[in-house]
Amino acid sequence: MIPISWYLLLSAALFCLGVVGFLIKRNIITVFMSIELMLNGVNLSFVTFAHMWHKVNGQIFVFFVMVVAAAEAAVGLAIIIAIFRARGTLAVDRIDLMKL
Amino acid sequence: MNGLLLLPLIPLLPFAGFVLNGVLGSKLPKPLVTAIGLLAPLGSFAIVVRLAYLVWSKALVLPWVEPNAPAWISIGILHVDFGSVIDPLSLTMLLIVTGVGFVIHVYSVGYMHSDKGYWRFFAYMNLFLFFMTLLVQAGNILLMFVGWEGVGLASYLLIGFWYQKTTAADAGKKAFIVNRIGDFGFLIGIFLLLGNFGTLSFSEIAAKLAANPGWTGGILTTICICLLIGATGKSAQLPLYIWLPDAMEGPTPVSALIHAATMVTAGVYMIARTHFLFDRSPLAMLIVACVGAATAIFAATIGLVQTDIKRVLAYSTVSQLGYMFLGCGVAAYSAAIFHLMTHAFFKALLFLAAGSVIHGLGGEQDLRRMGGLRKHMPVTFWTMTAAVLAIAGFFPFAGFFSKDAILYAAFLSGTNGKIFWAVGLFTALLTSFYMFRLWYLAFLGKPRSPEVHAHESGWMMLGPLVILGILSICGGWIGAGRMGSWLAPSVGSHTVEAASNTLEIALSVIAVAVAALGWLLAHMLYREGSHRAEQLATSFSAPYKLLLNKYWVDELYGKVIVKPLMAISRFVLEWVVEYAILGGLAWLLSGSAVFGGAVLQRWQSGNLRSYAAWLAAGAAALLVFALVPYFLSTHGINVKWAGW
Repeated sequence: MIPISWYLLLSAALFCLGVVGFLIKRNIITVFMSIELMLNGVNLSFVTFAHMWHKVNGQIFVFFVMVVAAAEAAVGLAIIIAIFRARGTLAVDRIDLMKL
Repeated sequence: MNGLLLLPLIPLLPFAGFVLNGVLGSKLPKPLVTAIGLLAPLGSFAIVVRLAYLVWSKALVLPWVEPNAPAWISIGILHVDFGSVIDPLSLTMLLIVTGVGFVIHVYSVGYMHSDKGYWRFFAYMNLFLFFMTLLVQAGNILLMFVGWEGVGLASYLLIGFWYQKTTAADAGKKAFIVNRIGDFGFLIGIFLLLGNFGTLSFSEIAAKLAANPGWTGGILTTICICLLIGATGKSAQLPLYIWLPDAMEGPTPVSALIHAATMVTAGVYMIARTHFLFDRSPLAMLIVACVGAATAIFAATIGLVQTDIKRVLAYSTVSQLGYMFLGCGVAAYSAAIFHLMTHAFFKALLFLAAGSVIHGLGGEQDLRRMGGLRKHMPVTFWTMTAAVLAIAGFFPFAGFFSKDAILYAAFLSGTNGKIFWAVGLFTALLTSFYMFRLWYLAFLGKPRSPEVHAHESGWMMLGPLVILGILSICGGWIGAGRMGSWLAPSVGSHTVEAASNTLEIALSVIAVAVAALGWLLAHMLYREGSHRAEQLATSFSAPYKLLLNKYWVDELYGKVIVKPLMAISRFVLEWVVEYAILGGLAWLLSGSAVFGGAVLQRWQSGNLRSYAAWLAAGAAALLVFALVPYFLSTHGINVKWAGW
């Protein structure tokens, strides 16, 4: 049987990948994908702990996270499209003003 | 009996007059203003006269302390109420204050009739009577202090009544500030009383002292000296007398009421009221007597050469107040209060007569420009003559009896008694001299300035003069020989009875002889056609200048106290307060905001990734924070973050 810590290490690795991606990538779509990666890293640790304690709470939380992530993806992508239409760019560094 | 005595109304009637005239006065018709202004003191006087009648007919037994007086302050050990005390002392004083006060109000109707601030004048005068009666009938020293400060306020308002005149406004300020110095001493005295007796009520303090017959000196001396400082401020004694001559800038009825008859005697009244303290401190008594004697002779010498008719009277007032202090200092409280009463009559009369002269001459106050007024102003002349004879101490005028009582008591008091008596006697000579000088210069001889056409004042002004004239002649008969036993319940019986009648008569004869000598000297120097006064002034020019410039005391105070104080105040205001505190604080606040903004605005770059980096760094820091104790514990070190 695979030890719990392996799952957790994988979860942490996924989360850190997400963080690093968020910080270093300029393209707003990639940044968005990094957020999804972080969410899934956390989801993995939820599932792991649920398995470890033999409780379903963690798995239920994962469903919540997925629902929120889906909603977020819908809203986020809509915003990204709006930004692209308004500014003609997807580089986050250049989107640093509230007004046009 | 409380409901029938109407004690609260004595101060409250003038207060109502003040409120009515003060608020509505400018819109009310003049007769109504007059009616309000006169009825208020008349009402108080009527209540006081009724009180006196009740006492006389033995329906009211003195001293009468108001039972169940409404409480004013009640915090911890401090209990102060609005209670009044009616005893022979306060009743005498109330009679003087409301009686003379009412007469002077009547006079003011004539004197102030054409003044723009007519209503304001009566409002202030009524305010003064409110505070003065409060001061007199207060049953505890704190309530007395309220009246004490209040009369100072009224005095300030009335000295500066013609506030458009710089000299008047300055004189008002001077009076107020000098009085504040004295009041500071008074206040310290009150605190010491509270600290040492745990009460501020006169009767309770007296009772506590009576319970400890052996308690003398020590803290009592300190308290007495503090109270004396207060008294010297209010009663214009050395070294705080300087405000009174300047106070003559006020309208003459004000000088008569406040700066001669009533307010300035508050210090004497206060010492008599707290005599049980002074009786326990021989040192304080000696200081009171010395202050009184020194002031009496000091002010009298200045009065010799002044040329402004009101200033002569002002220095005379200071000098006569010195007599009263001397009386208090030799424990002759009843003589001091007796002199206070007769002085109220003749000095009020002197001022009102001087006011009549000034009025008749259209504002002229310089004695050198008067003369020959006897023919033009006969009533003023004759009443003034009565007052001059009274203050000089001629038998049987009012001043004779009271001055004699003080000198007699001084003569018999202890080892220094003869010195005090000699000083008092010499002051009597000076008093007689400068009063007759004024009398000769103003009324006799020929008019020295022909362009001024004197006219006699109206009966609204002459009536009060006649009333006070009668009192100046007969006022002494009321108290002669009776004042001591009448006031004994209030101030105790201190007069030395061992002395013989012969001695008293001999001293009286000497006093009258000295007064006559003063008249004779004035007659030689100032009668018509005499140039001896000018010759004397030129041959003794140095002492003459010294006196004419009032010993340069004002200049000395200006150099020694006022100027350094102003310099320090200005330094503190400009450099410490303005520059360091206010400027520094403003600079610090604005500077820190600017600096903090400059630093913090770097976070607000608008760059999404930098926000994210700070977020990540924060999360990492939290992680480290949580994990460090864990790692340390694996190495056997137990760490706990504060609050965790």
